[in-house]
Amino acid sequence: MLEIRDLAKSFGGVKATNDVSLAFPDGSLTAVIGPNGAGKSTFFNLITGALKPDSGQVLLDGVDLAGRSPPEIVRYGIGRAFQVASIFKSLTVQETMLAAVSADQRTSAVLHKRFPLPETRDRAEHVMELLGLAGKRHRTAATLSHGDQKLLDIALALVLDPKVLLLDEPTAGMGPEERWRMIDKVRELWETQKITVVFIEHDMDIVFKIAPKIVVLCYGRILATGTPDEIRKNSAVIDAYLGTEHAGAAA
Amino acid sequence: MTELEAGRAQTLVPARSGAALQRYRDVLIALIAFAVLASLPLFTGSKALLDFVIRCSAYGLFATSLNLLVGYTGLTSFGHGMFFGLGAYSFGLIMQKLGVPIPVAFVATLAITAVVAAIIGAICVRLKEIYFAFVTLAFQMLIHSTILSWASFTGGDQGLRGGIPRPVFLGIDLSDHVHLYVTSCALLILGLLAMHQIAQSPFGYTLRMIRDNAARASFLGIDVWRAKLTVFVLAALFASMGGMVMALFVSGAYPEFAYWTISGEGIFINMLGGVSTFLGPMVGTVLLLLLNDTVTRFTEYHGIVLGVVILFFALGLRKGLLDFVADWLAQRRDAGEGR
Repeated sequence: MLEIRDLAKSFGGVKATNDVSLAFPDGSLTAVIGPNGAGKSTFFNLITGALKPDSGQVLLDGVDLAGRSPPEIVRYGIGRAFQVASIFKSLTVQETMLAAVSADQRTSAVLHKRFPLPETRDRAEHVMELLGLAGKRHRTAATLSHGDQKLLDIALALVLDPKVLLLDEPTAGMGPEERWRMIDKVRELWETQKITVVFIEHDMDIVFKIAPKIVVLCYGRILATGTPDEIRKNSAVIDAYLGTEHAGAAA
Repeated sequence: MTELEAGRAQTLVPARSGAALQRYRDVLIALIAFAVLASLPLFTGSKALLDFVIRCSAYGLFATSLNLLVGYTGLTSFGHGMFFGLGAYSFGLIMQKLGVPIPVAFVATLAITAVVAAIIGAICVRLKEIYFAFVTLAFQMLIHSTILSWASFTGGDQGLRGGIPRPVFLGIDLSDHVHLYVTSCALLILGLLAMHQIAQSPFGYTLRMIRDNAARASFLGIDVWRAKLTVFVLAALFASMGGMVMALFVSGAYPEFAYWTISGEGIFINMLGGVSTFLGPMVGTVLLLLLNDTVTRFTEYHGIVLGVVILFFALGLRKGLLDFVADWLAQRRDAGEGR
């Protein structure tokens, strides 16, 4: 279980994350929504160690990870994908996966053997199959389509066998059809891999359709948490973010 | 071999035997290359040609080690020459002052280089891009100034004079020109083989990840600082080896070996030969030394000619010679597959 307690971070006078407390039970799927500048990405950066929180705790199965370095936090089992696909542009898909497994198996500093190590094959292969990248294994990452680069980014997080997977806008920059394909993939991964998934998403149709639980952030604070129905009817959320369209659809 | 070819080769053979095969193939190529180079004295009595190959060995080791930093890790060091100078001076001083056997001095020099590189690297690799380049340059100048001002120990601006003693070991007499030649070739081939192994190891791929996207690498659990420091020290060892070959060749060591222009030449060589292939710097070394030797014979303004050539590669081709060839081959192959 991932539990966030009283997490806070300020940039100058701006409270980007303001006393946020949340719990993500094992195997849950949660969407984080909120207007631009609500502190969604900051929230992810604090959990994964990209930023150091001013105060508060990030507890994964009872271990406090707040303020530790990204490599340490990854090793505890929190993987992430990025809003802008963060990949290794000159490596092929297969090399990327094999090198990531090597990093996870702590053989990334091995000098006397040839890359790739045989024991990295199966896991790399498995995740490439899972994300439908196996057919593009010899493509250089830079030449992949935008959607495939996002998938590769997710594959990089997934290949480490994380307990918790944080996806920062998995559908960013995609067309409507591509969005649904991507989000179906995310849902499929969540169902088959039995991991905790937290994702940031802007498209309300997507969020209300697939997320059993939704967290709404606004100005660094939690505005509301609940099921899609609860969020739709929440007056504070409607005022701050949704407007009347979605509320009307629910009514 | 380019990375592209490496990727293609893997699809043809199963993983386990593929890696082993590649290694056998490398060793085989190295043996053939050594046999060809070592038999050269049988066919030619030209001392100038053998001298040329010895200088190529010294600079080739240096330039290829620089490419481990520049091409593979994305660390553009402007002070890599300090380890070339350090190697030459440490080796020369140990031989002159202690009179130990050559292999002992060789290993001791590598040990000294490793310690110095670890200290300097620990400071430098925290910095990025231009800051890294400038701080490495500053350390280079520091070492150069130390050599100049510590005249009682290093000979100051006169360098290490009086020759480096070269006692016979294992039947090898390095004061004999052919023995020195074959030894230089052996060190070059062994050094290249070791560096190619590093480049193709899991660590080599960690370096490529850091070059492409260091932040992402750290989110995969890689300690970026430690990996950068490791490659900094490894590269320094091979640069130091190059310096030792140079010291043996001229039987001395001079402050120019530790001056920043050596680092500059290393960068030139990498630009000429290309950084996207393993052998690019080796090709660049041969090109630069050839240019240097031929142009200086005709004009004292060789700097202008070299400058024009560098501009042609940098602005005209926008890559090194071997990069250009590799890209051209890849294009041709892709066109062939498309048909």
